[in-house]
Amino acid sequence: MQTSTLILALLVLTAIAYQLGRARSLRVAGGPRGARKLHSLPAYYGLLTAIWCSLPALVVVLGWQALEDRIIAGQVVQSMGGGVQELAPGELSLVLNDVRNVVAGNVKPDAVAPEIATAALRWQRLDGLSRTSAAVLALCVALAGGWITLSRIKPTMRARNRVEQIVRVALMGCSLIAILTTIGIVLSVLYESLQFFRFVPVTEFIFGTQWSPQLAIRADQVGSSGAFGAVPLFAGTLLISFIAMAIAVPVGLFSAIYLAEYASRGFRAVTKPMLEVLAGIPTVVYGFFAALTVAPLLRGVGERLGLEVASESALAAGLVMGIMIIPFVSSLADDMITAVPQSMRDGSYGLGATRSETIRKVVLPAALPGIVGGVLLAVSRAIGETMIVVMAAGLSANLTANPLEAVTTVTVQIVTLLVGDQEFDSPKTLAAFALGLVLFLVTLLLNVIALKVVRRYREQYE
Amino acid sequence: MAVESKTQSRSAALETATAAAGGSEPTARRTVGDVSVPNPVMTCRQVNVHYGDKHAIRDVSLDVAHNEVIAMIGPSGCGKSTLLRCLNRLNDTIPTAVVTGTITLDGQDIYERRQDVVQLRARVGMVFQKPNPFPKSVYENVAYGPRIHGLAADRTELDEIVQTSLQRAGLWEEVKDRLDQPGTALSGGQQQRLCIARTIAVGPEVILMDEPCSALDPIATARIEDLIDELRQNYAICIVTHSMQQAARVSQRTAYFHLGDLIEVGSTDMIFTNPKHRLTEGYITGRFG
Ligand SMILES: Nc1ncnc2c1ncn2[C@@H]1O[C@H](COP(=O)(O)OP(=O)(O)OP(=O)(O)O)[C@@H](O)[C@H]1O
Ligand SMILES: [Mg+2]
Repeated sequence: MQTSTLILALLVLTAIAYQLGRARSLRVAGGPRGARKLHSLPAYYGLLTAIWCSLPALVVVLGWQALEDRIIAGQVVQSMGGGVQELAPGELSLVLNDVRNVVAGNVKPDAVAPEIATAALRWQRLDGLSRTSAAVLALCVALAGGWITLSRIKPTMRARNRVEQIVRVALMGCSLIAILTTIGIVLSVLYESLQFFRFVPVTEFIFGTQWSPQLAIRADQVGSSGAFGAVPLFAGTLLISFIAMAIAVPVGLFSAIYLAEYASRGFRAVTKPMLEVLAGIPTVVYGFFAALTVAPLLRGVGERLGLEVASESALAAGLVMGIMIIPFVSSLADDMITAVPQSMRDGSYGLGATRSETIRKVVLPAALPGIVGGVLLAVSRAIGETMIVVMAAGLSANLTANPLEAVTTVTVQIVTLLVGDQEFDSPKTLAAFALGLVLFLVTLLLNVIALKVVRRYREQYE
Repeated sequence: MAVESKTQSRSAALETATAAAGGSEPTARRTVGDVSVPNPVMTCRQVNVHYGDKHAIRDVSLDVAHNEVIAMIGPSGCGKSTLLRCLNRLNDTIPTAVVTGTITLDGQDIYERRQDVVQLRARVGMVFQKPNPFPKSVYENVAYGPRIHGLAADRTELDEIVQTSLQRAGLWEEVKDRLDQPGTALSGGQQQRLCIARTIAVGPEVILMDEPCSALDPIATARIEDLIDELRQNYAICIVTHSMQQAARVSQRTAYFHLGDLIEVGSTDMIFTNPKHRLTEGYITGRFG
């Protein structure tokens, strides 16, 4: 039986179990008018039956699927005799691959060695057997689960509490997935970074000012000794983020102030959605806008002023990134400003303050912690942004404070280190993990600070 | 001006109403009692307020005299706060509010185009129902008004203004050692007195108080009532209150509102001992309607 058919059958069983559970609860309570005597609503009895019918069966199906391949492979290898069993793991997997290819029909059985062909036949047989037994087992479990639950339905059974308990466990499972994934990512990045620091000392990585991650392929090759000083990358990241924030913070803040305090309702109704559209543009679109429109423009302007502007410059990337972040800052700041109670403003107006005095001296100071939190979140976005920088800022790891030159950033280097064919144990690829780790730590720190600041603000009016 | 001619015919109508008050049962929507006083600081004539479609105040005329506390009473939603907010044009901050009629301060129409709202609000201060100190220090809260109006030439003068204002609001002894602590950290009653200090620091001529004691315990209430009595020596005070006893204790005149109408005005003694209108009587004796 195909797995999809099996799942379908289970679904049908589940639906039937729901109806049966519901009907039975009413029957044990003595007809439709007896629903009052039940501990829970009839639907809960149906749900409980359905859950016990489907959940264990699903676990069986999934578990079987996970183990099936390994068990069959083991059986097949055993049947192929001693010669194969003693092969090294790498060679064994090659042989198994051949078998699999035959099984999948990619290779004709007569095009391979006879042992392989026999093994493939055996594999197919085992596979069929395994599917059938899985289906039978799953259906049995479903029927058993449903039947047991059905037979236990009594008016005093706390069906609602049980269903809620199961749902709670399921919800917890979902949140655990997010947490576990995060932990897994962090651990793997940490592990690979530690590998990297075996090749390159931490101090050199953090304090070195040379970045050229090419490694010598032959021992006598010149000029490719490989230098892993990350300072130029962090300097580039900082420079571009700084330019971006220098655009985004004032523009975002002032637009928020205008929208929250001065704009007419109609203007606000039009402008806010437009700002949000700005936030919805994919960063890759911003990227080619930066590379194809802004960078040449800056170059042209620079030429007229007699300035040397590289065709890929920190300025172009920073400017466009700043524009990208504006809606982020402005919508957060707008929320914070509108969250300042009207009574604060009334208090100020009541003392004869003008609107601008009220905004400068009462509204903004009250909203400031929230705004700072928003800005910090925006900074961590700027630091993590990749696409715009890849396209507009270049790849050369210059250590410079001149925004007109090409620079590169941490994220860009991670991308270039990992694209293309790579060995996964060379310092070059491992360096990407070390960079990722540092980036992660920095943004984590910023987010923590931002959350703290925002939370402190929240407490203020309560 | 059209409004003014209407005002005249209106006051004629009022006189008839007043004259009739002693005899037959006065009709609703005609103010009973004398709305005008000999030496008014502020006068309202035929004030109407709409919030969008909602007609919150109807044809209200009322004077506020010098060195007088006038209490505004009436059931919830009858428009007391709305009228109060008209007196310093705080309704301007509500986009849907439309105010018509004439309101004057020292004979000057405050809704006139030439009127500077900021200056007006410095002369007509307001204390709100809920204490709303700024999230700044106690000192900064009081210094806020004098600063924006440039009332103090230097720091010592400012210190002096802050101190006298806090003293007059009866808060100085409690906060003199913690002037740099946030105003929001004070107790509710202290916050309300801080807001009063903040208002008198600007030196207004009229103080509007919207249920200033609704969040306070009896002791703090008594202090604020003492303060109101004392402030009357220099200011005119309009106070909105839901407490009859408070109105009776602090005010010289009382105005009773009902569903947007000013029903009856008169000396506090008279309103509480001998109300002319059945609505007023019903309200103050507690059997409403
Ligand atoms: N901003 C507003 N928008 C629309 N309607 C309002 C607004 N403010 C007040 N109103 C309406 O105007 C009427 C008068 O309100 P107001 O606040 O003046 O009543 P009040 O007499 O002060 O009541 P309370 O004693 O409960 O404070 C009410 O019916 C209220 O619903
Ligand atoms: Mg009110």
